[in-house]
Parts: sequence; C-alpha cells; structure tokens
Amino acid sequence: MSTDGKPVVNSVRRARRRRSHGNGALHAFFQNGKAIVGFSIFSVFVLVGVFAWLLAPYDPASTNFPPSLGPSWAHWLGTTNTGQDIFSQFIWGTQTSLIVGVGAAVVSTLIGFIVGVYGGYKGGIADSILNAFSNIFLVMPGLALLILIESYVKNTTPIVNGLIIALTGWAWGARVFRSVAMSLASRDFIVAARLSGAGTLRIMFAEILPNMTSQIAGNLIYSCLGAIMAEAGLAYLGFENIASNSWGTILFWAQNGGAMLNGAWWWFVPPGMAIALVGTSLALMNFGIDQITNPRLRVQKSQVRGVRKTDTVQAGGTRDV
Amino acid sequence: MRYFLNRLGFLLLSIWAALTLNFVLPRLMPGNPAEIMLGKFQGRMPPQALKAFEIQFGFSNKPMIIQYFQYLGSMLTGHWGLSYTYYPTSVQTIISNSLPWTLGLLGIIWLLSVTVGTFTGIFIAWKRGGVLDSIAPIITMFFQAIPQFWLALVLLYVFGFTLNWFPMAHSYGDNVTVGWNFAFISSVIYYATLPAVVIFLGSVSGWIIGMRNNMMMTLGEDYVVFAEAKGVSTRRLIFSYAARNALLPQITSIAIALSTIIGGQILIEQVFSYQGIGFQLTNAVSGEDYPLIQGMFLIIAVTTLLINFVVDMVYGRLDPRIRRRGATS
Amino acid sequence: MSDQQPVLELVDLSVAYQTSSGLVNAVNDVNLTIFREEIVGLVGESGSGKSTMAYAIMRLLKGDAFITKGTIRVMGQDVYAMSVKELRQFRWDQMAMVFQSAMSALNPVMTVETQILDTILAHRKEWSRDKALARACELLDLVRIDRKALKSYPHELSGGMRQRVVIAIAITLNPGFVIMDEPTTALDVVVQRSILDQIREIQRQEKFAVLFISHDFSLVAEMASKVAIMYAGRLVEMTDSTTLSLGQTHHPYTEGLLRAIPHLTADKIIIEGIPGTPPNLVNLPTGCAFHPRCPKVIPICKTERPLTSTYENGMVECHLFSRDKEAQPIGN
Repeated sequence: MSTDGKPVVNSVRRARRRRSHGNGALHAFFQNGKAIVGFSIFSVFVLVGVFAWLLAPYDPASTNFPPSLGPSWAHWLGTTNTGQDIFSQFIWGTQTSLIVGVGAAVVSTLIGFIVGVYGGYKGGIADSILNAFSNIFLVMPGLALLILIESYVKNTTPIVNGLIIALTGWAWGARVFRSVAMSLASRDFIVAARLSGAGTLRIMFAEILPNMTSQIAGNLIYSCLGAIMAEAGLAYLGFENIASNSWGTILFWAQNGGAMLNGAWWWFVPPGMAIALVGTSLALMNFGIDQITNPRLRVQKSQVRGVRKTDTVQAGGTRDV
Repeated sequence: MRYFLNRLGFLLLSIWAALTLNFVLPRLMPGNPAEIMLGKFQGRMPPQALKAFEIQFGFSNKPMIIQYFQYLGSMLTGHWGLSYTYYPTSVQTIISNSLPWTLGLLGIIWLLSVTVGTFTGIFIAWKRGGVLDSIAPIITMFFQAIPQFWLALVLLYVFGFTLNWFPMAHSYGDNVTVGWNFAFISSVIYYATLPAVVIFLGSVSGWIIGMRNNMMMTLGEDYVVFAEAKGVSTRRLIFSYAARNALLPQITSIAIALSTIIGGQILIEQVFSYQGIGFQLTNAVSGEDYPLIQGMFLIIAVTTLLINFVVDMVYGRLDPRIRRRGATS
Repeated sequence: MSDQQPVLELVDLSVAYQTSSGLVNAVNDVNLTIFREEIVGLVGESGSGKSTMAYAIMRLLKGDAFITKGTIRVMGQDVYAMSVKELRQFRWDQMAMVFQSAMSALNPVMTVETQILDTILAHRKEWSRDKALARACELLDLVRIDRKALKSYPHELSGGMRQRVVIAIAITLNPGFVIMDEPTTALDVVVQRSILDQIREIQRQEKFAVLFISHDFSLVAEMASKVAIMYAGRLVEMTDSTTLSLGQTHHPYTEGLLRAIPHLTADKIIIEGIPGTPPNLVNLPTGCAFHPRCPKVIPICKTERPLTSTYENGMVECHLFSRDKEAQPIGN
C-alpha cells in the first residue's frame, strides 16, 4: 500500500462498488418470496400498532364490562376476570411490543456496532479488552441477568425493559461486526481513507458501515425478535409494571386470572400467536438477508447469473469452470 | 494446552464478572431495595447472619474496596447467606435441592435434542432435495418464532387441562415417597413429560437446520469431493469427512444458544411450577428474597459458564487446528 | 506417438449446466485422445470450461451439470457405462486427479496418514494396515516429504507440502492416467518450479499419462508434449508443443496467448493484443465465439462457426484455415 495515486483511485472505485452492494442487496431482498411475505406480515403489525387508537374498540384499562365473557361481537376476544376488553388490550399490546422490539433492536445494534467495529478496526489492546467484554456478555445467561436487574429496578415500564434488554443483549452483534470490521480494516479503501486523514469515527460510520448493511439488517431483525420474546417473558413473569399494556402482561394476567383453569383459551392464545407471527415474519425477512450474505445456502434455481455462478453454487466451492 | 489455559482463563474471568455484577448491582441502584428486606429481617435474625447480609448488600460504612473483598471472600468460602422466604434455610441448601431438577430435565432433553437434531440434519443434507429438506426450514422457523413458554402454556392447556393426560404442575406426585423406587422415578418421568416435550420441540428444529446448512457447505468442499473421488465409502465420506467438519460450527452455536436455552428453561419451570432453579429465582424475586436471588443468579451463571467451558474443550478435541495452535479468542 | 493405446478418449464431448436461463454449454464437441505416458496440456482462461471437462472425465459433475453428448473412455472403458460400485473401484485405480487447490483438498481434521490410508484401504481391502502404511511411506519418499508428516494435520504443513501430499494421494494406486487441474496455481514461483520438476520426474518413473490443466501457457508448453487450447468451451487448437511458436501459423487466440506469455498473472490473464474479456457462456457471440476479440476477423466469423481442420500434428478451428487450406499442411 502506498500513497501514490493509483491505489487510491482503485480503492475509491472499489469502495463505490462495495457501496452499491447495499442497494443490490435491497433489490435482492425484495426479489425473495419469503422476504416479501415476512415484510408484509410485519407491515400489518406495524399498521395495527400505529393505528391502535383507531382500531381498539374500548379503553384497555376500563373495567366497565361483565367479567370473564367468552368471545362475542361486542368483545372479540372476550373479557378478563376483572371485566376488561381483551381485544383492546391486544391491539394496544401490539404497539407496545413493537416499540420495545424495534427500539431495543436499534439500541443494541448501535452498541454492538460501536463496540465491535471500534475493536475490530483499531485492533490491539482496545480490541482485546472490548472483545473479552463482549464475550463475557455473550456467555452470561441473558434472562437470568435481566431478572436479576429487574429485582432491583421495580415495576419497570415496557420502555425501560426494552432499554435493559438492549443494554444486556448487544454482544452477539458486536461479535459479528467485529469480524467484518477486521476483514475490512486492511482493505484499500479504508487504508486510503485513513491516509487521507479521516478520523476513526468517520471511518467507522462513513466507510465501514455502508459495507456491512446486510449484517446490520440481520442483526436488527435478530435483536428485534429477541427483544420481543424477552420482554414478553419478563412481563409474563410479572416483572413489568402490571398496569402496562403489552402481549406479555396479557399473558401474566391470563395466568393470574385463571384463564387456564376456566378454559379461556381466547385470553392467552392470541398474544402468543401474535408473537409467533411477528417472529415468523422477522425470521422470513432474515431468511432473505441470509441468502444475500451467504450465497452458498442458495440452492439451485435461484437467481443464477451465469455458468460460473452455477458451478460455484452447486459445488459450493470456488473452482472455475 | 495453551488452548486449555486460554479457555480456563476466560472461565475464571467470566465467573469473576458474574460475582462482581452481583456486588455492584445492589450498590448501584438508587434507594437500594434490599433495605426493605433488612427491616423484615431485624429481630428475626441472629446478629451474625445480619452482618453477613450487610456485607453482601452494602449496608456498611467500610470503604467500597474492603466491602468488595469481604464479599468475594464470603462468596468463595460458600457463605451465600440465608433465604428470607425459607428462613433459616441457607441459600446453598435451596440450590442443592433445586439444581438437580433443572440439570436433570434440561441436560437430558437438551443432549437428546442436539443428538437427534444433528443426525437428522446429516440425513437431510445427504438426501438433499427431499421432502424433509423443503419442509424443515419452515417448521424450524415456526418453532423458533414461538415463545417457548407460550408453547408450554398451550400444551398444558390441551394435554393437562382439556385432555387431562398429564399433571398441571410440580415435578412428582404427592403420593410417592422420594427415593430410588419405581413409583417415584416413574412419577418424575410422568411429571417431566410435558416440560420435556416443550424443551425438545423448541430446540430440535434449530439443530436440524443448523446441521443441514453446515453439511451442505462441507459437502461442497473440495476435500469431500476429493475423498469421494478417491473411493472412500459413502458412510465414511458422510461421517468422517463431511459431518465431522460440519459439526464444528454446530458446537460453536451450542455455546451461543446456551443463554437462550437457560432463559427458556426459567420460563418453562414457571409455567409448570417445576421446582428447579428458574422457578426458585422467579419466586425469590416476587418474595424480595435478595440473598436467594443473588445465589440463584450466581449458580445459573456459573453453571452456564461451566457448560460453556466443557463445550470449548470438546471443540478443542474435535478440531486439531485449535488443539495444537491455541485459540485466538 | 509413443504408444498406440489411448488412455483417454473424448468423443464429441459436451457438458451443460441447467440454469434459470436454460441450458448453458460449458464444454462443446471436444475430441481429445491421450496416449500412454503422454503429457497433454490444456490451456484456457478462467471460465473456458477446463475444470468442468476434468470433472466430467472423473464423473464428478454435481447438481445442475451433466453431459449432453459424447462419450468418455478411460483405458478403453466407458466411464459413464459403469455402475456406481464399478466406478468407485475404477476411479483412482485407473484414473486419478490432483485438485486445483491443495489447500482445500485435504480434510482439515484428519492426519495425512489417515487420508492416505483411506485411499489405499478403500481399494485394496485385502491389504494389511502395515502394508498400507509401508506404501504411504513409499509415497512420501516419492514426493520427497519427511515421513514424519504422516502424523501431521494439513494446517501444519506448508502449501508446497500439502500439494505434494495431494499428488501422493493421486498416485497412491499407480493409476495409468492422472488429471492435474492447476496443480501449482496457489504456490509461489520457487515452490511451483520444484513441484513441476518433481511431477515430471515421478511421471517418468511411474509411467502415467497426464492431462495438465492450466491457464499458464508457458508452463504448459514446457511440461506437455501436446497442447490443447480451449476457448469458450471449445478446443480451438491442438498442436505439438515443439511446433508451438510465433514463427508458425496458429489460431489467432493461440497467437495472442503466445504474445502474452510475460504478462500472465495467476488470477487473470491480461492478453496483450487481445482486447476484451472472455465471453459469457450464457450468451455466446454468434459464429466463432472469439470473433469480437479477434484481430484477424473476417465477415464469415460473425455468422458461421468454423469447421475443424485436422492436420498431421493436430487440429485447428478457424475460418482462416478453411479459407487458405492450400496454404496449410493438411493431414486427411
């Protein structure tokens, strides 16, 4: 690597090509049937969450209805043992769960990105420390740690829970980002940027970030799923402000209101189904991203652009034709 | 050897981190909630036990650093304190009563699920393109998206409440005597069936799909094609050449999945009121039993870290590159 | 030629891939014969179909690739007429292959010893372990590696040593015919040289025929007695390496390769005098596939595919030759 013009020109060209990979990936994502289905399901939930105030027929906290009703036209999912409308709770719960999921995903991905990329790019002692740190967080039993924290921070709102989930759940992302950053750090365009005087932060966000869009997207999806599950779990165990509205709190009240013993399946089935559906939609989108990041999983008849490609795909190797 | 020392070092480091977390958290929180507990304890506890409690939760005027070493000392010498809920039972006694249930249920089912999943994955990759191959990813996706504890609720509702095939809670019937007798053991198995099914269903498909994907990749590697060309039998090709290499990333994911598995276990124990570590932890939090909370968290963390260490050792045995060169992380 | 018994006969061989855009031919109407103890070079750019052809001969094509036309006979036996069981015995016993990348051809979790013994015991079931082990030692001596390497794992060996191990595995059972697919591509020049010398030496000693595949023209010209040149899945010229020089008349592509010798690099051939890039096999140019890059292009090249002209020392597929047939030494 030298400072003369040539490698810089090369690197700029390469950097451009790498960047366009981002758009190509987006394109490829929407070429994938599974990804489209996942995206559509997820969008429906987002719409329900956004328009919860319009869609929910009643105030979810109101106890003005006869208790323990089965499903009817007035109460699609019946009422709780304290006379609350379950369907309204469910609609508002959608909003809460999505905010927690997406919020926690963004925060944890950001932390993971900073820790992972800084270490991977800088290397040396900073990397050793950050890496040991993320490895420790990676192997700590997540839910047990959350419960421990919850035992000191009482009656948390879903938002606070989301934040705690993010603060304890960034390690996996950091690991992925670190390895990508390490391989990028020696690339021409990064070296060129450094030589031209760009600061570390600039390189991290302007040069490295655009080259790991698919990993970031994958991590967002993965963390979102994890956060929704964790929040539901915490709420179900009763470690969330029980006046809040989330799918997890519905399950908590169903458990404590004797839904199981009264055969009121309409109380506890819908929230779990919703989590499963959101989870499936995220997994489907992740599938689409996986196909972009890891072409070897693309078996046969997918978008094959030429013979060389086919050979690579079917043989899994890199031999030429 | 270097690899062994490296992993051992990490094990000690992470255990130290868990201990430190336990020390820092109560001191970090504004209006230490453990103080409430202290009030409940006063007058009920011998002064000695009270003192131990103070050391553990930081009601002391001593400098932080002294408190820290006192705390580490009492943890390492096995003075984990007394439970408030089960006063005057020590935290260790509760742990030794509940840990076998968790480890027994989780350990057996989990090993079963990894083994079944791995072999099924090998089989699917070998018969690639079969019916299983096309439905497996969808089933996996479904089971990975369902919250395990909710699956537990549904199964409990269907098979416990509606059909009445299995008991609704606890780990053995009231009418059996605890011990190595047939009635007790069969009762334990009967009570463990539903939780076991949930753990198995929740995890097996992930192992199947993971192994399938790894196998697909190794089957395309040159060394597998080379081995096929040189006439190695299909059996040896699949197991010694492809599967052995495909297993390596699979083992790495065991370590990563561990935290999720343990989390799932905590919730499942709550659903089935199964008297393991997770159930105790949840109840301890509801009862604000701080010594027990800390003890439960520690034992869960230490167990997880130890399993991780064992997995690392197995990995080292299987991959000569790591065994002889030492690890990088 | 040295001996009239052919070890390899390719007759009108065509191999295609099934892709989403239909069938794509990677190898087209290849006719090639290799006789005993002969070294034949096969030269072409990446993507010209060389490796596909090698895998087809070994009957190792996977997934979407298959033979559409022609026959492959090794030692007089039709490779594709055998049962799977027969094939497993025949392959490596009679024909073997040195893979492109020695780095990835060895199983990372098995010792060299196990990998050599696996080969022997798969074919010589009646052999004792000691006998097999003795053969393994003999092989390592032959490729000049210390016998201690038997206990090593691949990652403990250097690139050159790994490649030697792969060669040793290929000749374990004394095959009559060995395909060497870019056997030295990944190695540095010094190691490359010593391995090539060794290949020649072992070849003389063990008397097997070789199909030597490479994109490195100078290397092939030096190793082989005959050179076949492949472009876009077709053999465009076949000639004695002794008559291979710029002084002779050749296919324009061959001439380009000859001129380009000093500029060959491992990962892409920069051909001086041949502008443009190798064609995409999905939509080949009409007529002669080389015409867009050919400096001597004439109108007929764009519309009609040239016929094969055979002469005493080989063949060539070019309109220039069919046009001035009288100017060329024509065989039959």
